[in-house]
Amino acid sequence: MSEIVDILISASFWAAVLRIASPLIFATMGELICERAGVLNLGIEGIMVIGAFAGWIAVYAGLPLWGGVAVAMLSGMFFGLIHAVLTVPFGLSQHVVGIGITLLATSSAYYAYRLSLPEVSSPPRIEPFQPIDIPGLSDLPFVGPALFSQTPLTYFAFFTVLVVALVLYRTPLGLALRAVGENPSAVEAQGLSVTALRMGAVIVGSGLMAVGGAFLTISAFSSFFFEMVNGRGWICIALVVFGAWSPSRALLGALLFAAFDALQVRLQQTSYGTLVPYQVFLMIPYILSILALILMSRRANVPAALMTPYNRGER
Amino acid sequence: MTSETAAQGDPVLRLSGITKRFGALVANDGISFDLARGEVIALLGENGAGKTTLMNILFGHYSADAGSVEVFGQTLPPGQPGAALKAGVGMVHQHFTLADNMSVMDNILLGTEPLWRLGLGRRAARARVAALSRDFGLEVDPDETIAALSVGERQRVEILKALYRDAKILILDEPTAVLTPQETNALFLTLRKAVALGLSVIFISHKLHEVMAISSRVLVLRHGRLAGSVVAAETDRQKLAELMVGAEITPPAPSKATPGAPLLVLDRVATEPQGQRPGLHDVSLSLRAGQITGLAGVSGNGQGALADLLSGLALPTEGSLEIVGERVTGWSPRAAIAAGIGRIPEDRHRTGTIADFTLTENAILETYAQAPASRRGWMDWRAARERAEDIIAQYDVRCPGPQTRIRLLSGGNMQKLILGRVLQGNPRVIIANQPVRGLDIGAVTYVQNQLIKARDAGAAVLLISEDLDEILTLSDVIHVISEGRLSRGFPRGTMKPADLGQWMAGQGFDHAA
Repeated sequence: MSEIVDILISASFWAAVLRIASPLIFATMGELICERAGVLNLGIEGIMVIGAFAGWIAVYAGLPLWGGVAVAMLSGMFFGLIHAVLTVPFGLSQHVVGIGITLLATSSAYYAYRLSLPEVSSPPRIEPFQPIDIPGLSDLPFVGPALFSQTPLTYFAFFTVLVVALVLYRTPLGLALRAVGENPSAVEAQGLSVTALRMGAVIVGSGLMAVGGAFLTISAFSSFFFEMVNGRGWICIALVVFGAWSPSRALLGALLFAAFDALQVRLQQTSYGTLVPYQVFLMIPYILSILALILMSRRANVPAALMTPYNRGER
Repeated sequence: MTSETAAQGDPVLRLSGITKRFGALVANDGISFDLARGEVIALLGENGAGKTTLMNILFGHYSADAGSVEVFGQTLPPGQPGAALKAGVGMVHQHFTLADNMSVMDNILLGTEPLWRLGLGRRAARARVAALSRDFGLEVDPDETIAALSVGERQRVEILKALYRDAKILILDEPTAVLTPQETNALFLTLRKAVALGLSVIFISHKLHEVMAISSRVLVLRHGRLAGSVVAAETDRQKLAELMVGAEITPPAPSKATPGAPLLVLDRVATEPQGQRPGLHDVSLSLRAGQITGLAGVSGNGQGALADLLSGLALPTEGSLEIVGERVTGWSPRAAIAAGIGRIPEDRHRTGTIADFTLTENAILETYAQAPASRRGWMDWRAARERAEDIIAQYDVRCPGPQTRIRLLSGGNMQKLILGRVLQGNPRVIIANQPVRGLDIGAVTYVQNQLIKARDAGAAVLLISEDLDEILTLSDVIHVISEGRLSRGFPRGTMKPADLGQWMAGQGFDHAA
């Protein structure tokens, strides 16, 4: 037991939690925006892959790191646009389109990788974002190294949550977005465009998902490799449900998941690691998220029109 | 083309020659009229006469094939709901357009501010909503979520939404269809206040007494055309009804009943409460062959519990249920059908039909597992379709054909199919729960006459209705239900509406107990 306590009181553990949470936060906010507007975006996994690749290759080609973030976001918005066109004006099944987008975006990323780097056997490395210190805060004992020694993208992730929450609850745009996920005919009756709102939400949300993917290549690691997103997109879908479609609670969920993930890696190094195969530790965050989901989703506030395509003039 | 000019002042709204076709169907055929400031026009017509289509054109949900809409002298661009809103037209739809999980304030504010703005200006908005609530008598808690509101309160929110946007013309599409009589009176007070403040109102309805009560002028639509325009003070219900239907109306007049043996007997039955609504307490009831038993009561007093029990959807917790002298065990919907109980459910959309199934499929919903609809576990679609065609022909269901999805039918035609489904099985007992709610006059008369016919053929009919007129006209014996308790039966002609009203309010039960 004392080994677990040792882990929990180390600053590096908490620093790792924030780092692991960052891509999840971006993508979860992206998914949350889509779902609040009434569109389930199962393209998330593939959009994270294309974001990871696009951000990384842009930096490798000579763009600055923030340029990479921008390229990643644009790549995500492109696939978001495809998703939006198919699900909103065409009203196709959001499940089928989402899975299709995931397959398409993933294979596009792998194809583009092979095309742009045909000769290499191991992917080249880039110089990723470095941790930056925040004057005053980073010098605090324990809290400093635990929370305030992160890369700019991690700070940006938390900032994103704040912006999403403010827009959703404190602006007319956010009100319209929430309403379009609850009852699109209410929005239409007020003279607003359901199509524009939903498409906009899907495109912007997809952009955020791609930034989450790019975090992996240009902040966490310094390279792109296959399978690196590794189901994080699906976790984010669960986190949105876990957070009951509220940005702050989804943030909490992302941190919780990240904490379990950081914990299991460290547990593998302890004496427990010799008792059971390491795969058991790998399972811990997923098992715990299923349990948390069961407990939390009972009082979930699902947007009433989620997954319901809107056809004008039909009752 | 018929044109009708308002008596006083410049019109605030002018419709000229509105024509709209849906395929071969002409929903609106050259309709023109004016609306004056401070005037209430009633738009009257049967289901499918084109009322809702006309209003959807006016509001910009559809664009007309011909004709124009002018508001305060400005022609509205067709097909743009935003334009009508800006010009001061507010519409309260029959099916509310509210987001249920959001607050009253959020619903009112939706779309009133430019999207790209920081802050919602809630404080100023709140003051304005409070002032409007006060001026128009529209009391509602702005912080409550819509889901927690009653239907009447939701309608108030819809009206507030329109007023908040400075609507000068209010269009209300069948506003009273979902209201209790008290709520209807409150709505009429609000509308009178609005008119006194210079607003104009278009009131769409097919309830004649309401139309007479609220409007100054009545426009009657029939088959997409303006069939007449009359001053409300100079007409009466009979004349309006005839204009609406285009023929003389004869209300049903059942002959004297010849009651036979009791077919279904409840003896001191109790059931579980249904959420907020009471279950049955100590209910004894006997439904006799060849008799219509009317059940009067204010909505939510146990009518649902009784209907569910008799339909096989609920089990008695106490007491017994006998059908033709045999005590029932193993009660279920299927057992009810097998016992010869025909069920006309309260909500034809929710429990009576499956919207996206065809008429054929809906016609055999209760009998799909038996011959002729299926044999040895295989569907016989030809036989099923023949059955549907029978019902369509015999019960005058107006539809393109048996393979049409039932969603596309009007309420009246949907109800005729359900009625046909029930009556074709020659049921011994018919549970008719609100069988004519929301139907137009033609369909109401039709359904009521069919119930009388079934009675005369020897069926025991239980008629559950909130409409006292209907109960008094059709029932041979009347029971009143209040908080799950059932009064004794009053034979035809022994009770006046006021007497029943006292029982409905729960008096009379106390010393009977």
